[in-house]
Amino acid sequence: MSQVGPDSDVVVTSRVRLARNISGFPFISRASNPVRQEIMRVVRRAVDQSCNEKNSSPEMRWIELQSAPSRDRILLSERHLVSRHFANSDGPRALALSKDEHSSIMVNEEDHLRIQFLCAGSRLSDAFKAAFTLENALANCTNFSFHPRWGYLTACPTNVGCGIRMSAMLHLPGAQIMKETDRIKRAAKELHLAVRGYYGEGSESIGDFFQFSNQTTLGATEDALLEEFNGIVLPRLIGYEREARTAALTRYRSRIEDIVFRSHANLSAARLLTSDAATKDLSRMRFGVVMGLLPVELATIQRLLLQVQPAHLSLIDPRSLESEEADREVRATYVRQSLTRGPTDTK
Amino acid sequence: MNCDHCDKPAVVHEIVIKGGVSNEVHLCSEHAIAAGYPLPIEQPIADIFPKLGSVAKVEAAKSKERSAKCAACGLTFTVFRKSATLGCPACYDAFMPMIEKVIESAQDGATHHLGRSPVGGVEIERVQNLRVKLMHDLEVAVAAEHYERAAKLRDELKALDSQTS
Ligand SMILES: [Zn+2]
Ligand SMILES: [Zn+2]
Repeated sequence: MSQVGPDSDVVVTSRVRLARNISGFPFISRASNPVRQEIMRVVRRAVDQSCNEKNSSPEMRWIELQSAPSRDRILLSERHLVSRHFANSDGPRALALSKDEHSSIMVNEEDHLRIQFLCAGSRLSDAFKAAFTLENALANCTNFSFHPRWGYLTACPTNVGCGIRMSAMLHLPGAQIMKETDRIKRAAKELHLAVRGYYGEGSESIGDFFQFSNQTTLGATEDALLEEFNGIVLPRLIGYEREARTAALTRYRSRIEDIVFRSHANLSAARLLTSDAATKDLSRMRFGVVMGLLPVELATIQRLLLQVQPAHLSLIDPRSLESEEADREVRATYVRQSLTRGPTDTK
Repeated sequence: MNCDHCDKPAVVHEIVIKGGVSNEVHLCSEHAIAAGYPLPIEQPIADIFPKLGSVAKVEAAKSKERSAKCAACGLTFTVFRKSATLGCPACYDAFMPMIEKVIESAQDGATHHLGRSPVGGVEIERVQNLRVKLMHDLEVAVAAEHYERAAKLRDELKALDSQTS
């Protein structure tokens, strides 16, 4: 997956996720393990059939999480392909994942299927089209639970209707410096948007990253919901953040330069580094890069934001798993080398 | 000001003049009634009592709601209210009044789906709810070691699947 896309200065990633359940089966909370296995078989067959059709959907890998090693499950959650809850819970569950890692299907999460498309930058309408292409292909091979009044039925009654969740991960350092984040959050709530942290539900915001998503799924068409979120709300949020950045830079230029260059210096010199500390400094560097203060590629920052996460780091150098100190040391070394010599590893 | 005869607050206040001597009288509602005073009516009676019939109806509806159970998957209302998660598609009809409230408040008052619908549509859904019920009954029968009933249910499931696929 590429690291950078349109409006990447503010929008880190875009995602569209569709909740669907196979009709004729209980929802997950009432499904015993044998029933969950059967749901997986039905979904897998639908994935195999629909993805064999010419030019319809991408080729999918099938990963059964209950038998996958813990590191692989954490890798998936660090890539935002599965929720942390899904990575760590029990029971038969799977992830179907396209080669380019844009398209995926969580099987037996809160709903039988969570069909999603994830990509860098502000590309919600591409994500929307791709998610529905995959959903349509699957609908040709299986029946989704549908109610004449409530639309697509979901395990949690508040997701019924279109069963669609559109999200954008935004980087809001400008709003943070101008102390506008709380106001943005309040305004978002009035617009029925959910605001979450870096790792979705229940997670803290690290490094000024906030995930915005729609809550309304009923009483409007999918296209109208997309138009509202992607056509009205998101451009406003992006515009607001850009204005806040300009204002911040005009008012507090030396303070901001100080923060940005110190973060760069920190990461270029540190010998021990936790993933949270690295994320915070990378977020500050990211701000400096998009404001033209730091001559570093945005793609490098994005790549490092992922690679400083524990499971990703252990792929680069498995010694990071030996102890907490080793983890910090490996991270500091890797980040330092990437920033001073350029990337040595493009995994 | 308390009642002349007890510690309750007085609701009747009168000045009684007897033989040229004026006397203040303060009585609570009970002692006022006992002394034959008409009670001062602050609220029309109709406002106090009018809803008895509807209260009973609401209570009846609530107790019906509380004892509701999904016939297909066996989920009870109490469990649903605790977890806010439903057990199967048929739950949407089993817990209708509650579901309606939950959805409307979460969805800003929206009451109907306006988006896309699957090609197969609603006909399939009815058959599928029966399938959920058979699956649930089968698990219950197996757990209770009612093997004859389980075998019968398994046959019914097979018949249903061959009919729909
Ligand atoms: Zn009294
Ligand atoms: Zn049910």
